[in-house]
Amino acid sequence: MTLDYDVAIVGAGPAGLVAATVCAGHGLATVVFDEQPAPGGQVYRGVTTSPVSRTAIFGDDYAKGAALVGAFERSAATYVPGATVWAVASRADGAFDLGVSIAGHSRATAARAVILATGAQERPFPIPGWTLPGVMTAGAAQALLKMSGQVPSGPTVLAGCGPLLWLVAWQFLRAGVVIDALLDTTPRGRLAQAMPHAAGFVLSDYLARGLALVRDVRRDVRVVEYVTALAAAGEGRLRDVHYTVDGTAKTLPADLLLLHQGVVPNLNLARAAGCALQWNDRQACFEPVVDLWGGSSLPDLYLAGDGGGVAGSDAAAARGALVALGVANALGCIDGPARDRAAVAHRADLARALRGRAFFDTLYRPADAFRIPRDDTIVCRCEEVTAREIVAAVGEEGCAGPNQLKAFLRCGMGLCQGRHCGLTVTELIADVRGVAPADVGYYRLRFPAKPVTLGELASMPTSREAQRAVVRVKGTH
Amino acid sequence: MFRRLPDADLVAAATVSIVIDGRPFAARAGDTVAAALLAAGRATFRTTPLSGAPRGPYCLMGTCFDCLVTIDDAAGRQACLVAVAPGMRIDTRGGAR
Repeated sequence: MTLDYDVAIVGAGPAGLVAATVCAGHGLATVVFDEQPAPGGQVYRGVTTSPVSRTAIFGDDYAKGAALVGAFERSAATYVPGATVWAVASRADGAFDLGVSIAGHSRATAARAVILATGAQERPFPIPGWTLPGVMTAGAAQALLKMSGQVPSGPTVLAGCGPLLWLVAWQFLRAGVVIDALLDTTPRGRLAQAMPHAAGFVLSDYLARGLALVRDVRRDVRVVEYVTALAAAGEGRLRDVHYTVDGTAKTLPADLLLLHQGVVPNLNLARAAGCALQWNDRQACFEPVVDLWGGSSLPDLYLAGDGGGVAGSDAAAARGALVALGVANALGCIDGPARDRAAVAHRADLARALRGRAFFDTLYRPADAFRIPRDDTIVCRCEEVTAREIVAAVGEEGCAGPNQLKAFLRCGMGLCQGRHCGLTVTELIADVRGVAPADVGYYRLRFPAKPVTLGELASMPTSREAQRAVVRVKGTH
Repeated sequence: MFRRLPDADLVAAATVSIVIDGRPFAARAGDTVAAALLAAGRATFRTTPLSGAPRGPYCLMGTCFDCLVTIDDAAGRQACLVAVAPGMRIDTRGGAR
């Protein structure tokens, strides 16, 4: 069978960009399929294409992405933007066929090895009313600022916990946005739990930057701490945010509610491919089982960056390089000692990037009430399945797990394929049954990892020339 | 819900003429369809097939599928993943997805 590339990489965030640069540098024919219109991933979204000229709005870290994109664009790797990979299928000869959709047209691409650098997505934040127009993730609003230069214009409330929430608030302030309130859902006592990990935190780069950022936000924004309940309300769109603090219910009028409680690995491709996964209890999410070089449980299938376990953008870049070295070794470009020598600097970078992670993971682990909803709160946005229905199916009707729940309620069977309900369903079932999330498991996912129309499948080109004809070259986007 | 930053904070960009639900709208080159609809003041992009509830973009990164619209007669496109193009026709009245 023929091959189009030695290495196919999915995602062009820091991990995918660095992995591609290093793979191409070792002479491997490398392609990067990126669902977004320009390289950078979410963290460096639009770093070379943003319409925002006053880049001071974003802070210093954002500029790091430009160096990664620059090195990638100088490399021999092929870049395909606007490309959704919907299948990664093992072939009989050990290589992979990827199903890729570009602008409504699909094609197959073959590669010897695959690196999934699919990054992270925001953790589900199931509160009453979270499906109302006017309720978005904080990351969504940040993406709109980066890619389109738009900022909130009306009464705006941020709610949740985690570094990104504070960063978005800080960036909005720099952009001249008025934030009506930041509702902090970090539970009481979390700081004490996190302190044993503070030694790592003190040594980390996060310390000075993080403290300054929080101080700036606190100076200009009304921060409400220890919020224990949240709800979005309105007829047809958001009008009010209800919240509870110290047992007292309060209401704020709002045009926009931005939610965030951390990020979790974006695993739909890895799951459908069959990679082994494990439960990370500190981060309350599943993550792939990977070796020192990002190798998954499947031969020649690798995971780099937050898609291999959430550790942030600096760690993602280092892991991108390490995975690429592992792939270069596995495909015969470099021997083991050369790989290990080249890896030393990246392992040091990774260790530095991981300092303080334990502190943050512990401090910002979302409260149970915001991960495991009850009553009429929608869990599955697509099929509009509520927590009450799931609790009844599991507690009273004997539904054993997430896959059976599909038969009971169609939960997780909608367009998003569980991306915004899967973790909630796992933890909710575990809670009702009194077992560990790892014992409940997750939806069994299958390809296509994103919906593809029949027309698109039926018109897939079959000749290599036809497949290659649609691959654009870097710099033309 | 959103406003564009002042011109002083933005690089100059061409205007892209698109059509939203039959009405002309001047989008900004580089905008996604979702960004253009938000710039046009739209909060609701579609309704749900089950209850008919209104939905608008939630994640803006391709994972939530709440921003589905009809683009140039192709239904169910993720508005956050498609860039605007001159003459593009966007329809949010296609019914439930």
